[in-house]
Amino acid sequence: MDGNEAAAWVAYRCSEVIGVYPITPASPMGESADQWATSAQPNLWGAVPRVVEMQSEAGAAGMLHGALQAGALCTTFTASQGLLLMLPNLHKIAGELTGTVFHVAARSVATHALSIFGDHSDVMAARTTGWALLASSSVQEAMDLAAVAHGAALEARVPFLHFFDGFRTSHEIQKIEPLAEEDLRALLDPAALHAHRQRALSPDHPVLRGTAQNPDTFFQGREAANPFYLAVPEIVRAKMEALGRRTGRHYRLFDYTGAPDAERVIVIMGSGAEAVARTVTDLVGQGEKIGVVAVRLYRPFAIPEFLAALPVTARRIAVLDRTKEPGAIGEPLYLDVLAALAEGDRQARVIGGRYGLASKEFTPGMIRAVFSELASEAPRRHFTVGIRDDVTHLSLDWTESESPETDGTTGAVFWGLGSDGTVGANKNTIKIIAEATDLHVQGYFVYDSKKAGARTISHLRFGPEPIRSPYLIRKADFVGVHQFGFLAKFDILSGAADGATLLLNAPHGPDAIWEKLPPAMQREIIARDLRLHVIDAYGLAAGLNLGMRVNTIMQAAFFRLCPVLPPGEALRLLRENVARSYGKRGAPVVEANLAAIEAGWEGSRPARIGQATPVPSPEPSPAGSGFLQTLTFPLLRGEGDLLPVSAFPPDGTYPTGTARHEKRGIAHEIPVWEPDLCIQCGKCVLVCPHAVIRAKVCEESAFAGAPPGFVHLPARWRDRPGTHFTLQIAPDDCTGCSLCVEVCPARDKGQAARKAINMRPKEHQIGARREHWRFFEEGLPQRIASRESEVPHTVKDVQTLDPLFEFSGACAGCGETPYLKLISQLFGDRMLVANATGCSSIYGGNLPTTPWTVNREGRGPAWSNSLFEDNAEFGLGMRLAIDTQRDHARSLLEGMRDRLDPGLIDSLLRAPQTTEAEIAAQRDRIANLKTALADRPDPAVRDLLVVADALARKSVWLIGGDGWAYDIGFGGLDHVLSTDLDLNILVLDTETYSNTGGQASKSTPIGAVAKFASGGKTSPKKDLGWLAMSYGHAYVAQIAMGASDSHALKVLLEAEAHPGPSLVIAYSHCIAHGIDMAKGMQQQKLAERSGHWPLYRFDPARRAAGGNPFQLDSKPPSIPLSGYLYTEHRYRLLQQARPEVAKSLLARAEAEVKGRRERHEQLANETQSKEHETAT
Amino acid sequence: MKPQLETSWLGLPLAHPVVASAGPLTHELDNFRRLEDSGVAAIVMHSLFEEQITKESHLVHHYQEHGSGGFAEALSYLPDLEDYGTGPDTYLSLISAAKDAVSIPVIASLNGTTAGGWRRFAREIQQAGADALELNLYHVPTNPEIPGSELEARYLSVVRDVSQGLRLPLAVKLSPFLTAPAHMAAELTQAGARGLVLFNRFYQPDINLDELTVVPRLVLSNHQELRMPLRWVAILYGQIAADLAITSGVHTAEDVIKGILAGAHVTMMTSELLQHGLGRVSHILEAVRGWMAERDYDSVSRMRGSLSQIHCGSPEAFERANYLATLQSWRPDASLGHLGS
Repeated sequence: MDGNEAAAWVAYRCSEVIGVYPITPASPMGESADQWATSAQPNLWGAVPRVVEMQSEAGAAGMLHGALQAGALCTTFTASQGLLLMLPNLHKIAGELTGTVFHVAARSVATHALSIFGDHSDVMAARTTGWALLASSSVQEAMDLAAVAHGAALEARVPFLHFFDGFRTSHEIQKIEPLAEEDLRALLDPAALHAHRQRALSPDHPVLRGTAQNPDTFFQGREAANPFYLAVPEIVRAKMEALGRRTGRHYRLFDYTGAPDAERVIVIMGSGAEAVARTVTDLVGQGEKIGVVAVRLYRPFAIPEFLAALPVTARRIAVLDRTKEPGAIGEPLYLDVLAALAEGDRQARVIGGRYGLASKEFTPGMIRAVFSELASEAPRRHFTVGIRDDVTHLSLDWTESESPETDGTTGAVFWGLGSDGTVGANKNTIKIIAEATDLHVQGYFVYDSKKAGARTISHLRFGPEPIRSPYLIRKADFVGVHQFGFLAKFDILSGAADGATLLLNAPHGPDAIWEKLPPAMQREIIARDLRLHVIDAYGLAAGLNLGMRVNTIMQAAFFRLCPVLPPGEALRLLRENVARSYGKRGAPVVEANLAAIEAGWEGSRPARIGQATPVPSPEPSPAGSGFLQTLTFPLLRGEGDLLPVSAFPPDGTYPTGTARHEKRGIAHEIPVWEPDLCIQCGKCVLVCPHAVIRAKVCEESAFAGAPPGFVHLPARWRDRPGTHFTLQIAPDDCTGCSLCVEVCPARDKGQAARKAINMRPKEHQIGARREHWRFFEEGLPQRIASRESEVPHTVKDVQTLDPLFEFSGACAGCGETPYLKLISQLFGDRMLVANATGCSSIYGGNLPTTPWTVNREGRGPAWSNSLFEDNAEFGLGMRLAIDTQRDHARSLLEGMRDRLDPGLIDSLLRAPQTTEAEIAAQRDRIANLKTALADRPDPAVRDLLVVADALARKSVWLIGGDGWAYDIGFGGLDHVLSTDLDLNILVLDTETYSNTGGQASKSTPIGAVAKFASGGKTSPKKDLGWLAMSYGHAYVAQIAMGASDSHALKVLLEAEAHPGPSLVIAYSHCIAHGIDMAKGMQQQKLAERSGHWPLYRFDPARRAAGGNPFQLDSKPPSIPLSGYLYTEHRYRLLQQARPEVAKSLLARAEAEVKGRRERHEQLANETQSKEHETAT
Repeated sequence: MKPQLETSWLGLPLAHPVVASAGPLTHELDNFRRLEDSGVAAIVMHSLFEEQITKESHLVHHYQEHGSGGFAEALSYLPDLEDYGTGPDTYLSLISAAKDAVSIPVIASLNGTTAGGWRRFAREIQQAGADALELNLYHVPTNPEIPGSELEARYLSVVRDVSQGLRLPLAVKLSPFLTAPAHMAAELTQAGARGLVLFNRFYQPDINLDELTVVPRLVLSNHQELRMPLRWVAILYGQIAADLAITSGVHTAEDVIKGILAGAHVTMMTSELLQHGLGRVSHILEAVRGWMAERDYDSVSRMRGSLSQIHCGSPEAFERANYLATLQSWRPDASLGHLGS
């Protein structure tokens, strides 16, 4: 199991009330708890814990605080910002001496950038709260110390944060010795539990807590708790001893590994301690006098125990912190160790180093470098390790050992795609080996930052000794490449040991494969004596109706080639595993996978090794700015770890317009335009989630330099006679989602299946297509909305506007990105975007590139992500800043009447900026102003020049998903709606927490299955629009592009034009709905036709004009609700698994639809009636 | 004397010859009770489709895995459930529950796609407690390479396979599109069919003119559809050793009476009940009784087959001559000038 499951298993059994809220990498703990509760698994006391999803981590902490006060045993799971949101309650819970345990998959706190990966910056931010901090450094410890924490917290009356490294431990799979429920009971003192219950608030023995105190009392009250903290170390020690007696696994508050007479010692906590312990063991065996102190109980810091663990011979100590505290003398653990030594009168030279921020690798080579530094004449007091710092020169140099694996340990690395099932198969492989052999196993998985075409690298170790290597495999004995296309893109063989087995999934046979390999790879295979095998897994999978899922085939091939198990046993276990893994999904799936095992077992062939062909001269580097060359391109090549500190912007500021350089080429099929059928309607351009389909209408002469085969034909624009139309596809940026084909309304009269755009194999005429795209992009003029006399207001017109959001890494067929692309077309060159954390912030701003881009004038959306919970406030701040600068500029202008043309000043101050053309004219005036003021040394002029751009109207957009808008950010969103500021809010409503893997939000509809609602959501979807309309002055609308694209366009134009707050709720189909993503727009249509997603607008401007502000734009439902719901797996799951529950929830959902329709109709009609009465 | 409506079907004694045929009503347990209360003599359940089970199993697998294991924050998108309800369990549980809920016979229906599937599901249906099993030999033979003889051999093989070792009486629901229905009926009977249900009424797709797409469309049967099964029941009666049932176009008491006269043991209806409610059953039975009393028929068994091909006195009426005679008796409307004399 992994660290998350290990900790959650304990937490669930020791708790009665569990608060959950999704946050990476802790979400799986809450998900496990929810599923166990759904299946009625009991806790230690025979009851099923109440697992309650809250609207935020702050909400979870508040709820648990209440539950603790009322006498329940409680827990939650969190990380990073989630933990920070809990801080106020952590202080309260500790201050009231309430024993509980929160489990933390420790993760970086967002600073210059968000990172989902592991370090201790979150738990370190909580070290002042009065909670005990207990660190686990492995999966086994995550279970063992979770139990210690629960036992100790109850007894000590001090709450515990039990933490382990996010991803490295939370997601690492290890073979462990699980605890039994009896072990947990042994650690939980019944008397302590009774005491906890008796302290509960109850009107039967009433007390009062949470008083407000004055200077005369507060201080003493705080000090009154000291004895409890003084008692914690002994209580924890006793619990560890009790656990050791039962399990044979002995822990101490500070565990020492190394030479008894060590002179150099590293002090560290978390998974890094495992890595250091392993390296220390190796080096002590070579005679080195070194050691490591692994810190387990970090708070309260027990000085005597620490000093007892540290050999008296230690004269040089390196303290390694997995966090950064800018401006401090040193990081927290370093300072604690210094203080402990000082208080204990121990003399040693202590140095402090940072390592492993955001899951940066921490390897034996780095550990050796730290010991080397300790051995140097004058060790640096402060250092970093694991990066190359060429700015402040703090980093240690290091080199990696060529064979860091322990003797007898086999390392296997698998390169796959998210969609091919490689990760799942490897998890099964670990399980099979772990259960069938005495071998120890470890699995760790590396993902890239894309959602479409995501690459995965699985690292599996198995061997006779315990595996204490929390770092990636550097030299694998087996390398499986499940995607042949990877060979040309990545240096795969650098991770292979000499003599390793290399298994390729390729469409070429054993005799033909050699000539298909990159020449550099051929040379490596020969030079390093690799054993090459090939299998056509996709061909085999197609024959078995398994589509892209080659996981079982490749897994069987691995077991055949890697003799970890005798062949007969391997086959037997593989078959058993298929039945166990897939049995509940039905016999047909089991049968298909059983056939896949046979196919994979028999399907691999040793390949012919030929002569190496000469390596061609490298392709010239792509052109680009300095930034692209120094940062973006190396990141795209996978060389980010090699970049020095100087390559990075210190404040996290990056240029936009970089996604266009990726050219990932992940589609197998791409759309091909059929000009003879095309009616130039623009629907394919509109829905393309990745902006790879684009159209232009230009004078015919503009096509003069077009490459051969580039098609353009007379444009069907009445007001643009003589112009020509062309539609082109970016072949290397397309994800192959085929949404475009689905929405194309034009069909061949003689062959209805042939549309004006159809999917075709990408490789067909790929060279010409690339040429066509290049000419389209660079050779034809660009059309910018603000340069038009009138903003395009039809879908047909909008297609010719250049998007300023392109080629994102969102899921193929994403339902969110078409909206973002559309607003970028309409308002992009004057947009600021405040983007809530979520899918849109990840595909919008996750390195290495961003889809937000600029037009040829250099203008485009300026984008930033603050947090998840504060996005509305964040955007509001942007608006205030812009308005303030605008007012300042206006004031400065007024004061310059003596120096500037009064006519220019007047027009700058008074010219209307309602239309895009007017805004463009204002920009021209600002340019004239800047010219007129250039070279004037007057301070006021210099002030004006830096704020002059604020004189042109800006469009501020607050963008996020339903998790933000309905749940965690609702308070802020509500506040923004209450203002009269010009803000545009776009809610990309997927009805679930998509980015963290599909947890239910308050937008999730009744009857839908989601994580945290695995039995089907039983409460209705919140009507956000209805709440927003209650203000009366806000523009509110609900849109669904697939239901009516013209409506969506009209709404976005109206919303932006509204001078106050606007809220647009956009139906966004999502991979988490369990749909064929190619049919996403069809799903939107069904949602609207069934009444689930009515289209409407509430426009206060209409009231001002004497009209009805509310317009219900959807007709009464024309299909039954079930006709929509049961086309989606999220609903069908429940219908199949629990038909009676589904039926009951469907009836309630139907009543909801009916009730909402009645409300909407009443609102529309009521207002009209009143108007009528007024008029008469 | 009050006419006796008792009959039997597949050896099961029935109170009368009106049976609820396979249709959407049997998806709900409550409807079994309602059907029994309405007075039907037996209930044929909707079919268990092996194809659907296979498809649902693969769909569940696909969507549970879709997008999983590819992105660090979302290693899956849907919860892993304890049970997905993809197999036949829901159907089998319904059989058991229905048997507990009603006292009239419950006849399951099965459409398989693989030899193993037919056999396995038939046994599971037997285990679940059904009183009989109707094999729904539903297949649309689109492949021009496959001759009718091969398909007929497959059908026979299915019936032989399923019937071997099965205690449940078997009925076979026939396609109307057979080259030699009488011969096939005899072969099926030899293969193990104790009853034949005439005919399977296939859903026919439609074309959506707005979207220019082919769409599924369910159309309920109408009264006119009775005549084809009526004719073939009349032809088969007395020629093969199997019970016969009519299942298309039965809407009225007259239809029931005609069916019995042609030779049917039972007549099956669904469309009429869906359109006009379950209350129709008692009205129809009353009318059947009235007709029988008026004409002095004392029992259904005496009526059965009295107008079949072998007993009607003019066997050619059910053969091709019938068609010719119809043509000769038809006169064009005088108003249709171009067809006039």
